[in-house]
Amino acid sequence: MVRTPHEISQKLEHLLPGIQKPGRYTGGELNQVVKDWDAIATRVALVFPDIYELGMSNLGMSILYEIVNNRPDALAERAYIPWVDMEAVMRSEEIPLFSLETRHSLADFSIVGFSLPYETLYTNTLNALDLAGIPLFSSERSDDDPLIIAGGHSTFNPEPMHPFIDAFVIGEGEDAIQDIIDVYREWRDTGKPRRELLTELSQIWGVYVPALYEAHYLPDGTFSHMEPLIEQAPLPVVKRIAPQMPPPTTRFIVPYMDIVHNRIPIEIMRGCTRGCRFCHAGMITRPVRERTVEEVVSAIETALEQTGFEEIGLLSLSSSDYTHVVELVNAVSESFAGRNLKISLPSLRIESVSVDLMEALKYNRGGGFTLAPEAATEKMREIINKPVSTAQLLETAREIYARGWTTIKLYFMIGHPSESMEDVQAIADLCKAVLAEGRKVIGNRAKVNAGVSTFVPKPHTPFQWVPCDTIERIREKQDLLKRELRGRGLKLNWNNPEETLLEAWLSRGDRHMAEVVYRAWQGGAKFDAWNEHFDYTAWLAAFDQVGLDPAFYTHRRRPLDEVFPWEHLSTTVRKKFLTEDYLWSQRGQTRVDCRERCFACGILPTFADLRRENPGEVWQCPEVKNKRVRVQKSSALIGANQIPISGD
Amino acid sequence: MNDDNLTRLRIEYGKTEAMRFTGHLDLYKTWERTLRRAGLPLAYSQGFNPRPKINLSSALPLGFTSQAETIDIWLEDPVELDQIETSLRSAAPPGINIQAVSEVDLRAPALQTQVIAAEFEVTFFDPVPDLRERVEAILAADALPRVRRKKEYDLRPLIEQITVLPEDEQGKPRLHMRLTAQEGATGRPDEVLAELGLPPEASRIHRTKIHYAEGESV
Repeated sequence: MVRTPHEISQKLEHLLPGIQKPGRYTGGELNQVVKDWDAIATRVALVFPDIYELGMSNLGMSILYEIVNNRPDALAERAYIPWVDMEAVMRSEEIPLFSLETRHSLADFSIVGFSLPYETLYTNTLNALDLAGIPLFSSERSDDDPLIIAGGHSTFNPEPMHPFIDAFVIGEGEDAIQDIIDVYREWRDTGKPRRELLTELSQIWGVYVPALYEAHYLPDGTFSHMEPLIEQAPLPVVKRIAPQMPPPTTRFIVPYMDIVHNRIPIEIMRGCTRGCRFCHAGMITRPVRERTVEEVVSAIETALEQTGFEEIGLLSLSSSDYTHVVELVNAVSESFAGRNLKISLPSLRIESVSVDLMEALKYNRGGGFTLAPEAATEKMREIINKPVSTAQLLETAREIYARGWTTIKLYFMIGHPSESMEDVQAIADLCKAVLAEGRKVIGNRAKVNAGVSTFVPKPHTPFQWVPCDTIERIREKQDLLKRELRGRGLKLNWNNPEETLLEAWLSRGDRHMAEVVYRAWQGGAKFDAWNEHFDYTAWLAAFDQVGLDPAFYTHRRRPLDEVFPWEHLSTTVRKKFLTEDYLWSQRGQTRVDCRERCFACGILPTFADLRRENPGEVWQCPEVKNKRVRVQKSSALIGANQIPISGD
Repeated sequence: MNDDNLTRLRIEYGKTEAMRFTGHLDLYKTWERTLRRAGLPLAYSQGFNPRPKINLSSALPLGFTSQAETIDIWLEDPVELDQIETSLRSAAPPGINIQAVSEVDLRAPALQTQVIAAEFEVTFFDPVPDLRERVEAILAADALPRVRRKKEYDLRPLIEQITVLPEDEQGKPRLHMRLTAQEGATGRPDEVLAELGLPPEASRIHRTKIHYAEGESV
């Protein structure tokens, strides 16, 4: 195998001209950080397990890159997955997966961290390890191999990846990465065996080391319990949160080629107060924390000076719910007027898009205006807890068209088992009704683009008990929409039902699923998120080889008292709350926005101390005034960081 | 926008290692961002989708580096030349090397219409013992029929000059060539290499000069 950066560079010199989009593999962009490799002992490779254009658009990667590189004792470099043409060349020329900054093989790093925001990146993660010549299984790694860590939304159920990753970060990574580097440094200096490192990592708030636990199952194949193999291993592992949103990252790397999001991404708020029952992000990113308007405006100013990007994305799960949203949009528009910038504010909520907000946004209208009603009948809206009235949607649509937008994008979700064909028909009818409103205002220029995704029951949500729709029924529903939503001004997008199934298998998978992931990868599965590469038969073959029934994971209504293989990881939203919400959904009972009334989901009891230390508008949870005694265990290594114990 | 204050500037620059795989369209984006970082009042076209007023000289093929690139930009308001040069130098990304900035008459013709020829320097990775003979052979030919993108053409009249240069300090063989570069008649150095029977990917190609029609001073 070619090993040194010099050898890798020499090979690339000959090979890159024959590769598609060679700019994906060269690095060297503005704001990349290149530190002195030999002078720094803790070297972290940050890997987004998909191609450059996607990885470069991921905010989490940018945040961690900045945090690690700000430490004088550590460096961070980037790596992405080579596209198939490059992978073939790398394999035949024996070039390992290398970092963009200094072209070191990933195997030469101290720590390799994978970003796993969604499940369809799992096989690519195995492929990355394999391309770097790093043993795939944690148990096979020696003291000389890098520490392999992973984080991101999908790792709230990490079990399908448990044998491949040494330590998972559950929750927010900003502080956890610092602690991991500290623990790693101390371990390396003392020269203890790798097992010690894993034990010490498990003492960090938010870090889950799967090798320290054994899973037990019942005779029917369902999960029984997780047994810690050493006394120190925490149970449950409580997710990490930042008590306040850290200062925004502003020094983004500016690519030399077109990527997915060519913009400055600024998170304005973390979490969501709405409680849509299907929404994984809404459940796992609580509590809601906001940045101030001043902080956002000043971050944009700095980021513009450092990057020169032409677009600013004000990001959150539900931006129109940001307390000072109109003030923010006006402040941004005024501060940066005349600079030919585009401001995008994705994820707007129908009931909180005010006329004032539309007025503020109308000078920035780019493509279309996006709204996500998700369901079209009262019944389905009550089941999913997104109670928007059709009258309100139509009125909002009218106001949007009247302000110059010609296209409204409507996002819907099909595939909840309680959904009938009438509920699906109502989606088509609603799209047509919105188009009719548009025609009244702007005539035949009006357009409606319907994006219809398929429901995937997610762990840690009130729908974690719910079965998926059968593939036949999904097709039937999609066929209805395809028949109905055609003609002038109407456009429909939908998901391949097999791809939805894969996401569903992995979302609620247990440790047995890891064998399926491994076999699927061996059978050629990779780039599962890419239509043209997704290989359904490789996955079915893998299930077959392992002797597991895919329907066990997707098409089974789980009984209320079933123990789930992700319960040892606590989002701090209590199972009691999720169970109640699930039962409410069956009765069509909705919950209001939790800023109006606290439903005691579990966040506040767990993080009462943090809330008390961060009073006022910073959190959207009610204030905690009285000092209550909480049980807390202090970390053996990091005195400042305390592990809260879930309050169930 | 007040057109009275519009000024047109010509920037000469090098496109170096870090950007050798950046294509023409992405280069526009890179310049727009560079000018925004530099805080210069770049002029934009009117209309619903304003475009920055930037005009690049002849496109550089992917993988080539150059010391002879030129771009014209239009500013809404005049700025001191010295100040422009200073702020551009600090705002330029790795891969763009600012050489000179000058003011140009607003009515001057578009750069790409004035290009007549370009010079390139080729450095081969490996020894080419019979390089001189190969060059002499194609220079002696009356015609060099080739096919590019399914179109037949004669490469020979596009070759103005080829010279074998002394080897570089690492002993690598080098060539210099001057090729015609006019609309519909542009010689490509990689085509010349292919005609010499040498694989273009086994070399580095660097543009050293662009020749413009009489009256255009660059």
